[in-house]
Amino acid sequence: MAAIPSTAFRWREPGVLPGFGLSLGFTVFYLSAIVLIPLAALLIRPWELGWVGFWEAVTAPRVLASLKLSFGGAAIAALNAVFGLIVAWALVRYRFPFKRLVDALVDLPFALPTAVAGIALSTLYAPNGWLGAPLAAWGLKVAYTPLGVVVALVFIGLPFVVRTLQPVISELGAEAEEAAATLGASRAQTLIRVVFPALAPALLTGTALAFARAVGEYGSVIFIAGNLPMVSEIAPLLIVIKLEQFDYAGAAAIGVVMLAASFLIILALNLVQSLLATRR
Amino acid sequence: MRKPTEDGPIVRGVCVALTIGFVVLFLVMPLLTVFSQALDKGVEAALDALTNPDSLSAIWLTLIVAAIAVPLNLLFGVSAAWAIAKHDFRGKSLLVSLVDLPFSVSPVIAGLIYVLIFGMQGWLGPWLREHDVQIIFALPGLVLATIFVTFPFVARELIPLMTDQGRDEEEAAISLGASGLQTFFRVTLPNIKWGLLYGVLLCNARAMGEFGAVSVVSGHIRGQTNTMPLHVEVLYNDYQFVGAFAVASLLALLAIVTLVLKSLLEWRFADEIAAAHRH
Repeated sequence: MAAIPSTAFRWREPGVLPGFGLSLGFTVFYLSAIVLIPLAALLIRPWELGWVGFWEAVTAPRVLASLKLSFGGAAIAALNAVFGLIVAWALVRYRFPFKRLVDALVDLPFALPTAVAGIALSTLYAPNGWLGAPLAAWGLKVAYTPLGVVVALVFIGLPFVVRTLQPVISELGAEAEEAAATLGASRAQTLIRVVFPALAPALLTGTALAFARAVGEYGSVIFIAGNLPMVSEIAPLLIVIKLEQFDYAGAAAIGVVMLAASFLIILALNLVQSLLATRR
Repeated sequence: MRKPTEDGPIVRGVCVALTIGFVVLFLVMPLLTVFSQALDKGVEAALDALTNPDSLSAIWLTLIVAAIAVPLNLLFGVSAAWAIAKHDFRGKSLLVSLVDLPFSVSPVIAGLIYVLIFGMQGWLGPWLREHDVQIIFALPGLVLATIFVTFPFVARELIPLMTDQGRDEEEAAISLGASGLQTFFRVTLPNIKWGLLYGVLLCNARAMGEFGAVSVVSGHIRGQTNTMPLHVEVLYNDYQFVGAFAVASLLALLAIVTLVLKSLLEWRFADEIAAAHRH
């Protein structure tokens, strides 16, 4: 490794610290063995169906319905942008009782195993549950409907938005707001014209992270969803069902579509973000 | 009179009320549900459900899987951070984004990719069956899937931290004649120990609680390939709610302990782990 002649193409800047070959070698090996090669298997597998077979596998009505629910549910759960903004703002700017506790609790969806969240939400929102019963009296069914899927996705998405916004809000500083107030802006004008634009990129990032997580979410959703084919069956569950029927190529086809779609969405959001950044 | 940069009492009150309401509805009540359902038939019933052989074997299996997956990802995290933070080479930013890749992959897909390789009809399936090696529906599959979903935790904590700390101290140690290992253990490790612990804490919580990925590769053989989260599912689908929530409350306790330790680390050692949370 160290004997690369100086005239050769240099892909490593020389340094005095040892262990470069060993650490990079192990890193690349481990990354390839665990992540890259298995993901390549996913990308290659569906094509044994041929183009036509692949197209038929991913446009079957049941598959389309499940993809629509996974992406649609995640899009509605992007409502977290509003809740998350309020929670993050309150946690940084205001003082209120139990603030420390509330702040720590925001991470609960990260720490609580998804299966536990799933059975808890399902019990809570079931027609005889603590929240399900009053809602049922209002004629609103949550558990075992697509609405239940959204509730679970809001639960797991919240910390992404709050934790992305918090550091940005605390670094905002009072100067810009003071300047706006000095120049005669009302508080509402300041919030909308000065504060919000400064928070928009972080808000977008947090929401995108929550969305990406929600599209692929499995554990917290399957218990509350009811899993009725065509109605409340999410795409990851359909992958599991196809695997149980030994339809590997069909399962891989759904997996490829999910991966491709979420990467495209993240890419698009990154583009929007760089546009926002250059405009300011 | 309030300052012009402060929100009015009404805005303030509404925001705080919404925050507390949201946290209670979406976070506190699910947590309370877990414990209240577990104790629905009394403490003894919950303890019975926890100490029956299937539950005990699920607890044991969860500990084994985490005990293999977490150290391997720790080793990877340290090695990746050493290569990336302490050296300059082409393709570094690509490597950094590839390390984060598993976070944007659905857990079910994380399990699926190993079935596609090692499963009955996978690439290596026939060969593995001939040689009587079981990976899917057995411990190696559970470990692989768990490693995948917890892959970035330690690395993504250490890479920004070690990049921020720079190379001066290590370069000084080397030029004074210390060996590479001495430099790492005497200079680097003391600097990164709290960040390392932080990463391991989060990695472990996810490893013990992972459901989707291991569910695909486990085969749900009771007493053999059921980890705790999978055991929760089996019991719940059997309508054994006390048992399901008893095991679930053990996992919820793990989550609470993790959050307490995490808050403690963030509060006590803010500067030494802050790198990852500053941006």
